[in-house]
Amino acid sequence: MSESSLPAGAATETPLAGRWSARLTLGLLLAPALLWLLALIVLPHIDLALLSLRERVGPRQYVASLAQYRTFFAEPLYWHVFVRTAVMSVFATLLTLLLAFPIAWIIAKLARGRAASLLFILCLIPFWVSETVRTLGWMILLRESGVLPGLLMKLGLTSVPVELLYHDATILVGLVYTSLLFMLVPLISSLESLDNSLIEAAYDLGANGFAVLRTIVIPHAAPGITAGCIVVFMLTLGNYLTPTLLGGKNSQWFTEQIYTQFITRFNWEQGAAFGFLLLGLSTAIVIVGLRLSGQRFGEVMRRT
Amino acid sequence: MIPSLPRPFWLRTATAVYLIAFLAFLFLPLIVVAVFAFNDAPYPAPPWHGFTLDWFAGNATKGRVGLFQDQELLASIGTSCIVAVWVTLLSLVVGTCSAFLIERARFPGKQLLSIFMLAPLVIPGVILGISILAFASRVADLGEDLFSWELDFLRPGLPLVVLGQFSFIATIATLTISARLRRFDASLEEAALNLGASKFAVFMHILLPYLRPSLLGSAAISFLMSFADFNTTLMLVGSDSPLTVMMYGRMREGATPVLNAVSLFLMLASAVIAVSLMRGSGSRPRS
Repeated sequence: MSESSLPAGAATETPLAGRWSARLTLGLLLAPALLWLLALIVLPHIDLALLSLRERVGPRQYVASLAQYRTFFAEPLYWHVFVRTAVMSVFATLLTLLLAFPIAWIIAKLARGRAASLLFILCLIPFWVSETVRTLGWMILLRESGVLPGLLMKLGLTSVPVELLYHDATILVGLVYTSLLFMLVPLISSLESLDNSLIEAAYDLGANGFAVLRTIVIPHAAPGITAGCIVVFMLTLGNYLTPTLLGGKNSQWFTEQIYTQFITRFNWEQGAAFGFLLLGLSTAIVIVGLRLSGQRFGEVMRRT
Repeated sequence: MIPSLPRPFWLRTATAVYLIAFLAFLFLPLIVVAVFAFNDAPYPAPPWHGFTLDWFAGNATKGRVGLFQDQELLASIGTSCIVAVWVTLLSLVVGTCSAFLIERARFPGKQLLSIFMLAPLVIPGVILGISILAFASRVADLGEDLFSWELDFLRPGLPLVVLGQFSFIATIATLTISARLRRFDASLEEAALNLGASKFAVFMHILLPYLRPSLLGSAAISFLMSFADFNTTLMLVGSDSPLTVMMYGRMREGATPVLNAVSLFLMLASAVIAVSLMRGSGSRPRS
């Protein structure tokens, strides 16, 4: 095609006009993104930070102070719940990893073709259903008049129906259940990229299963493991529904404290400080996890 | 170990047992929810009293309010749908713009912007909720004090719920759409431009059809995520409760199997969306 057959419009468009239209396009694309991030993410968080750093001294009178954070450390109930939430989240993350790893291995390495996709879809199905519905299922299974206590009694293991709800273990089961998929997806994608011949070679050279796992599989899957753990820990820490419903009054989850301060007591300053503490812990874990595995934020997010 | 290596009998058996136990763990809660929607008893608990459709069709005269007669629940489903439609529309528009911004545009501060775009995924939903609640109230207060504007949509209620859910679902839409845009063969676009198409025509006739699967996919995911969201919604909700908040309230009080009925309805609806999505994309879905 010769140059002259180009349409008149394209040929006569001056460089200046072109630059203007490019600027206009950029502006039109930037506006929604900036509006979204500024109005709903950046400014609200700055506002939340300011809110947490002030104290009410009279009607509509506030002074800047660290009182909200001081209350957190001075009141054992608050930081106990905070530490408890963090520790339980660590347990839930490790349990999820242990449970999900063999399944990821089966899907990525043992099952082939259609069987592997079918298994993956089976694992995916429960997560298309909302967390409320899944928690309802666990409540029907575990409560005193529920399915499992009845079964235990029929089997003669217990003489009276036992209450399986409202224990720490129940909360862990619920949290692991909700988190499984977020562990499975990064694990499967990192295991799929592991070359089988490496494992065969190690085996031929006399390594046993444990040695292969420790020296080949885990180092290779490390990025996937980190990505999964970060996401699961974050989601667990910020979960509200599962701990409050499965743990009942004993749940003592930190998000519940935030809700109580914000909505029930209308003490926004205290609630904002709690919010920032939770955000700080969550962010710290993300940063440490990324440092440990030498990955970048964007890569991890794309994996999941 | 892998199939090409010898696996002892005990290992194969253990693998199979583990797989079956795992699948049972995954599906048991869902099966129980579905089964007890049909139990002829006032509570979703064993023993089995026989099959009934009361929890779907029953009305007050029978002493059992079924799903189709439960105005409160039906209204909350309607509320959830309205919210989800708005969130989906907003997320698609902003997600498409942001995807082009990340994949195509060049401007200073782009790196920073793309990090900020991912941030909503690492901020716990509860905190997104309270920060938006606090900021919206401050803006509304300012408007009232300075200009005596009544900015009611910035008080807890459905518009705030839409904004709160949109704030993180937009990230997911952006990631889905930009993943497909990245694989676009630029020569198609160049060819069209060479043949005299305007930029707008290229967008409408080449880029949009190419992006269609990812647009449909992110629409479905946005809708489902909005419908299922609890954390952010709980903080921003006003007098009209979406379904998840309504169900949560009733679950704390110990509800009748009408909740099982509505759950079964939700499972079927999401199954329909999931299956049509898999058919549409033809590839393995990733959430």
